[in-house]
Amino acid sequence: MPTFEVEGKKYDVDEDGFLQEPDLWTEDVAKDFAKSESIDALTDGHWKVINYIRNYYLQFGIAPMVRKVCKETGYKLSEIYQLFPSGPAKGACKLAGLPKPTGCV
Amino acid sequence: MPETLVQIELKPPHGDWRDSHVEFRKGSICYSAAPKNLTALGLPNPRAWQPLDKDWKLPPDWKRIILDGMKERLDKYRSFRLFMDICVRCGACADKCHFYLGSSDPKNMPVARAELMRSIYRRYFTLTGRIFGKLAGGRELTEDVIKEWFYYFYQCTECRRCSVFCPYGIDTAEITMMGRELLNLIGCNTNWVLEPAANCFRVGNHLGIQPHGFKDSLDFAADEAAEITGLDFHVPINRKGAEVLFVMPSADYFGTPHYYTLLGYLMLFREIGLDYTVSAYASEGGNFGLFSSHEMMKRLNAKIYEEAKRLGVKWILGGECGHMWRVLHQYMDTMNGPADFLGVPVSPLTGTVFENARSTKMVHICEFTADLIHHGKLKLDPRRNDRWIATYHDSCNPARAMGLLEEPRSILRAVCRNFHEMPENTIREQTFCCGSGAGLGTDENLEMRLRGGFPRANAVKYVKQKHGVNLLTCICAIDKATLPTLLEYWVPGVEVAGVHELVGNALVMTGEKERVADLRGEPFPAEAYAATTANEAGHA
Repeated sequence: MPTFEVEGKKYDVDEDGFLQEPDLWTEDVAKDFAKSESIDALTDGHWKVINYIRNYYLQFGIAPMVRKVCKETGYKLSEIYQLFPSGPAKGACKLAGLPKPTGCV
Repeated sequence: MPETLVQIELKPPHGDWRDSHVEFRKGSICYSAAPKNLTALGLPNPRAWQPLDKDWKLPPDWKRIILDGMKERLDKYRSFRLFMDICVRCGACADKCHFYLGSSDPKNMPVARAELMRSIYRRYFTLTGRIFGKLAGGRELTEDVIKEWFYYFYQCTECRRCSVFCPYGIDTAEITMMGRELLNLIGCNTNWVLEPAANCFRVGNHLGIQPHGFKDSLDFAADEAAEITGLDFHVPINRKGAEVLFVMPSADYFGTPHYYTLLGYLMLFREIGLDYTVSAYASEGGNFGLFSSHEMMKRLNAKIYEEAKRLGVKWILGGECGHMWRVLHQYMDTMNGPADFLGVPVSPLTGTVFENARSTKMVHICEFTADLIHHGKLKLDPRRNDRWIATYHDSCNPARAMGLLEEPRSILRAVCRNFHEMPENTIREQTFCCGSGAGLGTDENLEMRLRGGFPRANAVKYVKQKHGVNLLTCICAIDKATLPTLLEYWVPGVEVAGVHELVGNALVMTGEKERVADLRGEPFPAEAYAATTANEAGHA
């Protein structure tokens, strides 16, 4: 199983670097994984998106619809891409400790 | 950079084509399926491995399993034996494959890709091959052959463009399907195919969205449709006794731009007062079983008829999904039918009997909408789509597997005023694939996707330069997921939308409030806005 190492910490991840066990997520995960998504430092904007996605996941077991992320956080899709260069379903989900969405997405 | 990727080496490689050794490269392969997904589906040999590993941890008797599996399928599927026997290697298919055009790898010529399996067929299942071996075009089945199969059968999107040009009508996609099916027997599968399949099997859709999440997403869409139009919206879920069961790909209620297509469906259904329901059980049109094995396809497909029966609907309507239509149109009836508890689909508004769906009982939404427009049942203002100069990408399976060529076009001509076709050898039954179908649309395979999608992107570039096209419409969820990436790379400035998104924009709903923006929230062009407010919207 691949691992992701940062500052002496080790995380079990999948091939794309997503956390293997979503239940093991803490805010440190988001901070530690940020660099792997080309994000220098997490701003309030990042946290707004991450917390929304994380809480939705805890309630529904899945990431929210992309459109819903935009509406609920008040960011346009292009702004989400500015925050998370690989997008809401990949970058933002990875930092929020969700599994990578699969299928026709 | 696009300039480097398009530097395609056309000189054939040295050596004998029968040499089965493959150099696996990052960017051109998909990750192996996670053991948990094989376990969830009851598939053999779940284990941790990757295609880049030297040891694939095959079962000890893998060779016997493959040859037994091949024998069983040669007896079971006459088409398979026929396709193994009749190819004369004329080469008509050779330059028709988007992966060959984009990679120039000779083994991506459909004839050569099929030959990877034919050579094994000859060696083990024909008399001359058993006696003369290599001289009769046979090859020994080795572990390298298995790796070669994996490499090339996951570099085919089962789009069937090559089959259009085959004088014998050999369906090369079926050879790829057989190849993948055999590889499944020894546990060589990819995660991008099996995780959606496992999710679908356990939860009902590729994304694994559970019923409460399904409801939450649809309620959100209903609220947005209400905000846009000022009308009340409600999406019925699992409603017994509805006339129609509507089945869509799960990406429509998850991804973007798919979501705008969903808004289009909801607005259309409300405006015509369709007596319909969606289902949290049959919450997926797509079927990644098709990319794995016949058995898996059958298991995943079964829920559609089962749910239609449970809910007591009269017929089934299907959304903008690509490969779903190959399964529905070509296999469902005999695989999980006959659905004689359903009626022949009839449009409740026009009385049109969908004779083509007499047996499957399932109608494509483009057939349904085109019929409504043809009978003048919709009030449409195409000026609302004036910001788009559109072209249409025939999604492979609706085009080639069910002949849906005119319906999307007749809708597009009614809902937008700027529509231009791509060159004729790249559309309709000759359409070029997005390069990411059949379960290849995953990020680790990006280089091969960009190569395979190059012919399609090139045709888009042509109409962009000639007519200023800025929108590629399509009717497949994989298209909507992967074409934006493809176009961003090869033809920046062209966006992607479903046909029913444009329907939703143009649809003038009874009692709607003054609409000033399209479904994406972009303001309507001034002319359409003025016309709408003056209530002079055109009637189609």
